[in-house]
Amino acid sequence: MSSTKFILGCFDDPDQMMDGIGKLQKNSIPIYDVYSPMPIHGIEAKLGVKESRLGYAAFCFGCLGATVIFSIVYYTLVHDWPMNIGGKPHFAMPNFVPFTFEWTILFTAFGMVLTFFFATHLAPGRAPRVMDLRATDDRFVIAIDAKGNVPHDDITKILKDAGAVEVKHNERKYVSYE
Amino acid sequence: MASHSESIIREPLITGKNITYAQITNEVLLPVENKPNLAWWIGFALASAGAALWVFSISWTFWFGVGEWGLNKTVGWAWDITGFVWWVGIGHAGTLISAVLLLFRQNWRNSINRSAEAMTIFAVICAATYIFGHMGRPWLAYWTLPLPNQYVLWVNWNSALMMDVFAISTYFSVSLVFWYTGLLPDIASIRDRAVGLRRRIYSVLSFGWTGSVKTWQRFETVSLILAGISTPLVLSVHTIVSFDFATSLEPGWHTTIFPPYFVAGAIFSGFAMVQTLLLIARKVLGLENYITMFHIESMNKIILLTGSIVGVAYITEFFIAWYSGVEYEQYAFINRATGPYWWAYWSMMTCNVITPQLFWSKKIRTNIPFSWVLSIIVNIGMWFERFVIIVTSLHRDFLPSSWVMFYPTWTDVGIFVGSIGLFFVMFLLFIRVLPSVAMAEVKLLVKTSSEQAKKKLLDEGHVDPEQAKEYIKSLEKYDSVDLTQYQKA
Repeated sequence: MSSTKFILGCFDDPDQMMDGIGKLQKNSIPIYDVYSPMPIHGIEAKLGVKESRLGYAAFCFGCLGATVIFSIVYYTLVHDWPMNIGGKPHFAMPNFVPFTFEWTILFTAFGMVLTFFFATHLAPGRAPRVMDLRATDDRFVIAIDAKGNVPHDDITKILKDAGAVEVKHNERKYVSYE
Repeated sequence: MASHSESIIREPLITGKNITYAQITNEVLLPVENKPNLAWWIGFALASAGAALWVFSISWTFWFGVGEWGLNKTVGWAWDITGFVWWVGIGHAGTLISAVLLLFRQNWRNSINRSAEAMTIFAVICAATYIFGHMGRPWLAYWTLPLPNQYVLWVNWNSALMMDVFAISTYFSVSLVFWYTGLLPDIASIRDRAVGLRRRIYSVLSFGWTGSVKTWQRFETVSLILAGISTPLVLSVHTIVSFDFATSLEPGWHTTIFPPYFVAGAIFSGFAMVQTLLLIARKVLGLENYITMFHIESMNKIILLTGSIVGVAYITEFFIAWYSGVEYEQYAFINRATGPYWWAYWSMMTCNVITPQLFWSKKIRTNIPFSWVLSIIVNIGMWFERFVIIVTSLHRDFLPSSWVMFYPTWTDVGIFVGSIGLFFVMFLLFIRVLPSVAMAEVKLLVKTSSEQAKKKLLDEGHVDPEQAKEYIKSLEKYDSVDLTQYQKA
């Protein structure tokens, strides 16, 4: 039993990496995750990653923001302390528009970004779970869980054939805890 | 996919031979990972001196009150609000570049969005200092919030100033979130290259970014939605700033074209400030291959367009003043152009309407020293625009017995000049500790819009020779392209 935990195929070209993913999939080798220094378009479809639902969250937060500020303005201006300004109506909706608009945006932005951080486990001070330090620089890394997968040499060969510049057999999952 | 080749007729967004992903990281992080050079220290020393002047002047104001300013009974709003609107206007380009250009899929934003957004944040901070400054008693700033107080009164929601509180605070915080979220992958790049304490600090700042598939997917969704909501936001902010004036009954202020006219002016001055900063930064930081002549020319075109919109607005205002038949309105405008502040009015007209028209000439808009000087002139002109709108409208009001002139005191001048120092202190610190170019986004362009990708297309020889000729001709304006390699082919 080898002590390899993860096999990393490091590519220096995103297209070759996509090619590598295809080859691994053809050989029914499950891919744990892919790390890249930039977004790669089309990779979600290839890996079967579901579409992000953050848009729905953003919409709900926007509605919440609009409701909250509209209620505050309504309560203070119309209900709690209506002021007679030249006999004009208390419930002067056009004046509510800028406030409602601003807080719709404010809640959408903060709500969505915090949801993103929460769902992706991003937080200040969180220990980075990095498998290869160059994945944020110039390496496109396919990570394969070594446990229970076909002979490691075969995986290495597939990755090399696809154009991986380096294939690593890591004994620990994350290198960044050192 | 990253490999779709782009049409040859599009000009390259990154220049240079054999650019690799690693090279982009190295070049962008050069100022972050090394000790600053002499130019930086000189700039920082000057900026710090300015910031010190700001601290002194603003402390003086807080201690003795706004009576230390040159305000009088007739002109109750002058340099301070001029400075505020000037800075808020400058603070518009960053979000415009990152949001509007993202929605329009303008990839040239990728190399300039980061520093433009940073500039936005610092400019809005400078603007905010004026708001607190002109409150007189800044420790009572919480009075602008809808908090129940001992008089059971609420804030006046009908006031444009109240709308301003919400607009500016939302704009600042949303811009900050947009900017910082975009920074996460780049901070992670610094983190994974650093050692020791630096690594620990950047590790905290990176929020544990890994760059996995799901993270990038969500990141792109967030960026797109933030861009979508920031676009109306950026337009709303200066619209609301213009309400501060437009909702009054003051001749010269009571103008329905103020919102679009202010927004155009804001974009105009914002791009001018981006140009002022980036023309220097690309030289000092060695970013000529990323901030290319294409970027400079594009920004100059935007300056030309928005400058012309501003010019049309000035003329429309004048026409409507005459056409309205209201003699107070007419006098306000005649007085602007020919009254005691004629020099301010004509400085504004020259700097904002006349000189930017020089950018119609391709020679001028691709000339770096000329672009830089013109960008400064635009900034001066936009300061005068706010001064003209504010002071010349106020100084001769309905009662000739109260007509006065406004003279700034040293405190007024100190706060304004000092705030420029404050701005540069923040900007110079930014380029030392954070990447001034969004590396992840520039890396996206390597295989499509870079000079080397296009060169490869040319060498493969499958392009229309007519288009190839056109393309090589378009490269002539670039100062970062070595043309000899194309002449052989």
